[in-house]
Amino acid sequence: MTDLSLSNKAIAGKTAPPAEARSLRLPTQWLGVTPFFIFAVMFLILPTLYLMLGAFQNEAGEFTFANIVALFSANIVAAYWISIKVSLASSLIGAFAGLAVAIAIVRGGLPDWIRSATLTFSGVASNFAGVPLAFAFIATLGRLGLVTVLLNTLVGLNLYAHGFNLLSFWGLTITYVYFQIPLMVVIIVPAIDGLKREWGEAAATLGATQAQYWRMVVIPVLWPSFLGTVILLFANAFGAIATAYALTGSSLNIVPILLYAQIRGDVLHNAHLGYAIAFGMIFITGLANIFYIWFRTRSERWLK
Amino acid sequence: MAEPFLSIQHVRKSFGATTVVEDFNLDVAPGEFVSFLGPSGCGKTTVLRMVAGFEEPSAGKIVVGGKDITKLKPNQRNVGMVFQAYALFPNLTVGQNIAFGLKVAGMPKPDADRRVAEMLDMIKLPQMADRYPYQLSGGQQQRIALARAIAPKPKLLLLDEPLSALDAKVRVSLREEIRSIQKKLGITTIFVTHDQEEALSISDRIAVMYGGKAEQVGTPFEIYNRPATKFVANFVGTLNVLEGKVTDAASGKVQVNAQEVSLKGKLNGSKSGDTLSLALRPEAISLGRQPGHDTSLSGEIAEVHFLGSVIRVRVGIGGNTVSLDTFNNSATPPPAVGDKADISFSSGDMLVLH
Amino acid sequence: MKAGKFWAWVVFILGAAYFFIPLIATVEFSLRMRRGVYSFDAYKVVLGDSQFQATFIFSVVVAIFTILLGVLIVVPTAYWIRLRLPQLRPVVEFITLLPLVIPAIVIVFGYIRMYGSNSPLPFLGSNLGANALLVIGYAALALPYMYRAVDTGLRTIDVRTLTEAAQILGAGWGTIITRVILPNVLIAVLSGAFLTFAIVIGEFTMASLLNRPAFGPYLQNLVANRAYEPAALSIIAFAITWGCMSLIQILSRFAPRSANRPN
Repeated sequence: MTDLSLSNKAIAGKTAPPAEARSLRLPTQWLGVTPFFIFAVMFLILPTLYLMLGAFQNEAGEFTFANIVALFSANIVAAYWISIKVSLASSLIGAFAGLAVAIAIVRGGLPDWIRSATLTFSGVASNFAGVPLAFAFIATLGRLGLVTVLLNTLVGLNLYAHGFNLLSFWGLTITYVYFQIPLMVVIIVPAIDGLKREWGEAAATLGATQAQYWRMVVIPVLWPSFLGTVILLFANAFGAIATAYALTGSSLNIVPILLYAQIRGDVLHNAHLGYAIAFGMIFITGLANIFYIWFRTRSERWLK
Repeated sequence: MAEPFLSIQHVRKSFGATTVVEDFNLDVAPGEFVSFLGPSGCGKTTVLRMVAGFEEPSAGKIVVGGKDITKLKPNQRNVGMVFQAYALFPNLTVGQNIAFGLKVAGMPKPDADRRVAEMLDMIKLPQMADRYPYQLSGGQQQRIALARAIAPKPKLLLLDEPLSALDAKVRVSLREEIRSIQKKLGITTIFVTHDQEEALSISDRIAVMYGGKAEQVGTPFEIYNRPATKFVANFVGTLNVLEGKVTDAASGKVQVNAQEVSLKGKLNGSKSGDTLSLALRPEAISLGRQPGHDTSLSGEIAEVHFLGSVIRVRVGIGGNTVSLDTFNNSATPPPAVGDKADISFSSGDMLVLH
Repeated sequence: MKAGKFWAWVVFILGAAYFFIPLIATVEFSLRMRRGVYSFDAYKVVLGDSQFQATFIFSVVVAIFTILLGVLIVVPTAYWIRLRLPQLRPVVEFITLLPLVIPAIVIVFGYIRMYGSNSPLPFLGSNLGANALLVIGYAALALPYMYRAVDTGLRTIDVRTLTEAAQILGAGWGTIITRVILPNVLIAVLSGAFLTFAIVIGEFTMASLLNRPAFGPYLQNLVANRAYEPAALSIIAFAITWGCMSLIQILSRFAPRSANRPN
């Protein structure tokens, strides 16, 4: 009996007049996503906007381009330049090496366990950054690192005498590649899995060589996901600080370290120049993403 | 047969310890349309893939136009292939897909464009050249795939269950279209399917395969009416199987549920008292005694299914059940379950299954 | 084909060498604390260090709160987007991807300026507030991973039908979320949680700039001042990351398969 009355009530509620239902429904409709949007606005969008606006204000709060102009001082331009170089080099090396590894494990006819082991390891290594990673490379390629010492004693090759330095552009790039390759593998393997075996067979029966098939089908199909991942790797390296900081202290002048120092101690003696540096970082990663979106819409009319 | 165009000779294929295809032999005449029919895992697709060059035979050879192609790579064989899942290149337009083989072969663009237009006309999709595959229905995609396979004028056309992914109506119309295009171009074709109706309706000949072997190769008429083995009889069409006891092997007399039937011809290899499997197609049987039918059996109506134009009746004869179809006739009501009934047929239609 | 397989092996072995040599070198280094022999001294020193224990526990607690906050924000949103507001999907997905574009250091810089002790919302005016802000910042960093994990989980379980079935049986929203949806996406939520844990546990930038006594800054400080202990800690950190990823892997085997498809 209770059950019956309950379900009757539920039905009565359901068939309430439409006007009443609508006035009740609209706010509840949005209620479910409100916490998310409050969170996003307060802790992602507003703080970022705050810096972006601050980049165009002087100490008195007046609009100015002076901070942006000040970005073009030699010291800051150099920092941006080396950051861009390291990010670009590590993302490109990481992307191509990661692609090679992904193709090897998916299409190379290697045993199955290698594929799953590589994917698990990639999940780990792509999240292995910061201090532990920096230290791993110090232990490997530092002045007293295992590889440095072994090369010196076994082959007589003194890396450091040949101008190698872990605390340099190449040192940082090699270290960053450690998390860039696995990130590429994790993202691109599903895309390679998406290449159907029948495409290759159809191309073969139509007389195409393996190279022609790759040029006309595989590369165009993989290209958008590949490029998207390169952009992601670039942003990943561009914002990274812990690894570089642990590795080089402040001896390598990259943008995040410069900004870090500025936040800690206002080394530039101009708070709004700090905003401008942050603005510049978002500008560059944003630009990379806009380029990607533009490219995607242009080249991918065949995608739904 | 005249000089065969495609000759598959003693081909065998094993993967490790399992043999998938055993001693497969088939000659196909120029312009002939041959179907490989069988359940999944019977080796039909493996044979096709060996002809295409994706699998290398463990033994035997494959000859096309007098030339041994067993060792050739797929891209040197000049065969066209259509796959079950369409396999159109998603990044290319319909036109570019069809032109793929031409471009790879180095055909000048104006010639290729002309050929593409010709192909699109052939498959009756002339306006589709600039669409992308995802914008097309399954049936349209498969027609494009067919055009793409045919465009480079292959010597052989291989169709690997091309209709299985399509819905019933499209399947029927497309199979008729495939057959008419194939006839017009006179291209030698192998068609793999597990659908017996499909195979019967479009083939010049059918190879029914089971367990890696061709059980029977013959025209659809032969396969259906004179199945060589029990498997073929069961797999192709609906079949009633009755238990019969041999009473006189020399004159071909058997008993079904204690009713005597005289078979055409002798029962070689059987002796009196043996039990035999006898097969009858539903369409060979009539309800009641009919003129022209020399044999009849008595039984009882077990089930009646009204299917519209046809009424399917199942008649129990001892332990055997026989299915038969009668046309619906508005003047006579269908028989009732439990009624006594006779069935009749021509003894020539009753086959002994081995 | 044969040549392809050869090159696949070459690529794989080169890759494996690149990834394992630094690990081996670090392990080797971490064992060298006692002169002349390999020993676990460095690990003993590190694990016995009260500062290590304090910072590590702090980071674990922060990670747990981050996971809770992340789940609270992401699960209802992802669910609601699937169920009622699919038109908002592009907006929400765009927002969840923002932390991949905006560097962590920029986000935390914004926090410092906006929520300083003199601001209307002085998070940084108290220790508790600063800890809360750290949790919030980490939740923002983990947002892309958490959202993706949960959304994938929701996709495999036909949310709409489950919800409607529960409604027909008379369940209220609370019951639906806690008794029907959460248990079904639990595996996905846990995957996101372990990933969050792996990201948060050694994070340096935010913790350091918010002056929190976390594991990341402790590690950083150790690298600058010690020789063998950081190697031991690096190996421990790697093992923790590995543990989180293995748990995700194991969990994914228990994930519910879609009811609409066999297997």
